[in-house]
Formats: sequence, C-alpha cells, structure tokens
Amino acid sequence: MPAITNNGIETWRLRTSKEQWIRWVCWLIGLAVIMYAWQMISEKTVWFFVTDAPTQAADIGSRMVPPKWSYMDKLWKPVWDTINIATIGTIIAMVIAVPVAFATARNTTPNIVVRTIGLFIIVSSRSVNSLIWALILVFILGPGVLAGTIAIGLRSIGFCAKLIYESIEEIDHTQVEAIEATGASGPQKMIFGILPQVLPTIAGVGIYRWDINIRESTILGLVGAGGIGLQLNGSLNTLAWTQVSLILIVILITVFISEWVSAKVRGAII
Amino acid sequence: MTDSSETGSYPSSWKKAPFIKNSFVRWLIIVGGAIYLAAALGTMNIDLERVKEGLPRAQRFLDSFFPPNFSDNRGVLWEGIAESIWMAIISTVAGIALSIPIGLGAARNLAPAWVYLFCRGVIAASRTFPEIILAIFAVKLFGFGPFAGFIALSLGTIGFYAKLLAEDIENSSASQAEAVKATGANWFQWINYSIQPQVMPRMIGLSIYRLDINFRESAVVGIVGGGGIGATLNTSFSRYEFDTAAAILIIIILIVMSMEYTSSFFRKWVQ
Repeated sequence: MPAITNNGIETWRLRTSKEQWIRWVCWLIGLAVIMYAWQMISEKTVWFFVTDAPTQAADIGSRMVPPKWSYMDKLWKPVWDTINIATIGTIIAMVIAVPVAFATARNTTPNIVVRTIGLFIIVSSRSVNSLIWALILVFILGPGVLAGTIAIGLRSIGFCAKLIYESIEEIDHTQVEAIEATGASGPQKMIFGILPQVLPTIAGVGIYRWDINIRESTILGLVGAGGIGLQLNGSLNTLAWTQVSLILIVILITVFISEWVSAKVRGAII
Repeated sequence: MTDSSETGSYPSSWKKAPFIKNSFVRWLIIVGGAIYLAAALGTMNIDLERVKEGLPRAQRFLDSFFPPNFSDNRGVLWEGIAESIWMAIISTVAGIALSIPIGLGAARNLAPAWVYLFCRGVIAASRTFPEIILAIFAVKLFGFGPFAGFIALSLGTIGFYAKLLAEDIENSSASQAEAVKATGANWFQWINYSIQPQVMPRMIGLSIYRLDINFRESAVVGIVGGGGIGATLNTSFSRYEFDTAAAILIIIILIVMSMEYTSSFFRKWVQ
C-alpha cells in the first residue's frame, strides 16, 4: 500500500511517488501538445473575423427568419432524391458488404490472402469520407444522383462489412457442426448454419447504416452529387437565407423521421 | 418449418423458415419494396450517355492518379496534414470539455428535468446536422481557415461524446453513488468519487475514438473552407493535379489506418 511517512506517522495515499511523477509528466506532455496545437490554429486565424462573429451571427439569424415556406414546392423532389440516394446506396453497399464480410471472417475464410484483401477493402472504404468519394465520382460520372448513390454505397461497404464480419466471427459453432453432421456441403453449411445466425445482424446493420446515410446524403449536393445539398449550396451561394433556414428545417425533420423509423425497425428485428 | 400433414408419416422434405413469419407482412414488404425501387430508379434520371462518355474519361482520370505525386510542389501538402492533425486534437479536447457538463446534465439520474431536457436538446441539435453543415456556418461566421473547422468539429463532438457519457452515467451502478453520498460528500465529491471512476475507462477509449473521427472529418471540412488537408485536397482537384490528390488520399488512408490500430490497441490497454 502506498503510504507517506511524515514525522514517523504513516498516512495512506492513493498513489506511490513514482506513479504520481509519471502521471504528472503525462499531463505535462498532453497540455504541451494541446497548447502547441492551439498556437498553430490561432496563428492561422484572423481574429478580427472571430471577434466579429456575434454581429455576423445576429445578422444572419435575422435574415433567416421567417423561413420561405413557399420554397417548399421546389424541395419535394430533392428530398425524394436524398432518400433515394441513401436507400439505393445502402442496398448497393449491403450486396457487396455481405460477401466481403464472409471473405474477411476468420471462421469462414481460413485463407490469409483472401482475408487480407477483404480487410483492405473494408479499411480503404471506411477511411475515405463519402464527400470525397462523391468529389471523385462527379468527375467520372458527371454531376447528379448517380454519383451520390455510388459514393454512399462505396463509403458504406466498409462500415457494414466490418460489423457483419465481427458478428460472423462470434457465431455459435455447435449449430454449424450439427449441419455438418448431416453431410452438408460448404455452401449448405453457410446457408443453413451461419446465415440464419447473422441474418438479424445483417438486417440491423443495413437499417442502421441507412439512417446514417440519410444524414450523409443531405450534404453530397455540395460537390454536385444530387439531393437536397444542391439546393442548400445554391441558396447559400445566392445568400437566400430564408431558403437556407427552410432547407435546414427540412433536413432536421427528415433526419428525425429516419432515426425514428430505424429505431422502430431495429427494435422489431432484434 | 413445414410440418407433415398427417400424423404418423414422417416428413420427407423440409423448407427453411422464412425470416419474417407473418406472410402478409412479408409480401407487403416485398411488393412495397419493389414499387419503391421502381419509383426511385425511375426518377433518378440516370444519364447513360453521360456515363458512357465518362468511362473513358474515368480511365484517363485514374491514369492521371498514378503515380501519386508526393513531391509537394507548392509546399502545402505536409502543412495541410499538420493543420488537420492539430485541428483534430484541439477540437477533440475542446469538444470533450464542453461535453462533460452537457453529458452530466443529460443523465436522467443526476439532473433535474428542465436541465435534462435542455441538454438533450443540445445533443439532438448537434447530432442532426453533419459536421459539414456546421462547418459551412462556422466559415460564414468566423471566416476561412482552421478556426472554423475547429468550431465545427468541436460542436460535432458534443453530440457524440455527451450522448455516450450521459448513457454511461445512466447505466452506472447506483449503489456506489449511494455509498459515497452516505459519507456526507458534497455534489462535486459525489460525482468525482462515485460516477467518474465508473465511466472513466470507457470515456478515455471513446475520446481516442473521437480523435480518430475528428481527423477523418477534418479531411472534409476543408472542402467548404474549414482549413486542413481537405482544403489542400479540394484545391488539387480544382487545379486538376490528380497525382497530388492521389498522394493526399493515400496519406489520409494511411493515417486513418494507423490511428485506428493505435486507438483499438489503446482502448484494450485502458479497459
């Protein structure tokens, strides 16, 4: 027990002196890094603009109310597009993610080369944000919903495959063994032994990712990939603040509804 | 499973049980899904001509990605990456500092109802809007540069961290809290000695995870003017310097990968 001896009386302490020193040094390093980071950022900041921000905020705020409700007529189609980008993107992602997940799971794929390829697909898809995917795809496919859909799909593969393969690795092996004992072949084992165990996870992950994708597809329009972000970008560029506030309200409602739907469906599945 | 129709005769065939048991709901979902897909694909306006035209361009485009150019002619590549890293660190720290009071307020077992509702509202607002939209407004208010990105990422951190902190506090064991309270501790002592030790390990892990997310997001807030590597990436796309863009993408992937490994290692070590 760490204790300090003071005038011959032992007093209890939480940590030994050495531990205390280590902690102190760690805090020092951490604070030094934070201070340095802050200095780097503040060096590149024009402080006049920052101190001016409250006036700006008040100005923009006053321009944003009331929202231009009549603009809603032009927003139904972009909202529909946004939902489609998220939904079809998620479907594309799931179609690709399930085989990738099976190829990456340790218990379904003993081959290390295949597993490494699967892991590489997962990591590279997860590392690049959907906005960057969209930026690239708009160059290739031209601006529009298609680029956004594929961007969402590519971005979601990694996320879905990662969660699915982790659940494949955690399945109950006795069931697979039981199927094997009936003389089932490899694919049959997979369909009747493994798939039923992970099907709820697959459905749950798909719904969960759909919810995230709704949120992500609202911004893809900023780089020209369709959806409500296109209108947002246009309104921001033309300083039509009353339209901006309406678009933000629409995004808020869409996200809330999708979150609610996703929670309900996941609750029903699991 | 389809059972045998007559008792005594052993079933000779077996059919897999459907995933959705109620056949009406199952068909409703299948038909509804088909109608929705037809409607969605019908209104998507896929311009096949444009795609066909784009595919050779994609070939040239991908060719111009290789070999990636790490030579960094304008001297902005490493600067952008350093800026992204600093931005991620400082916004994680600031975001967590803001999240702690909000997280405490959003825990049902600690806070009175009006504080709870207020803090939950803040969390919901911060979670709804993607970091990019927060960044657009931060750029409008604070001007171009990393400060706007810092504000956007800090606000984004609140929605994530405060929510998980609040949930963790709500799940923490009440008996320990009661024991500390019985010693006559005041409110701060109570939080510090009963709640904080229970949530700390998970929260340290989550803060590293959030640092990882913030770095990833810092790569895109630059697209709307929030500074960092995203700004460099966007510029190199606009200047058709695709080899530099490829180099930036590779560096982002490598940093994210290494951060993911260190963060999962660190989280295992902490817990």
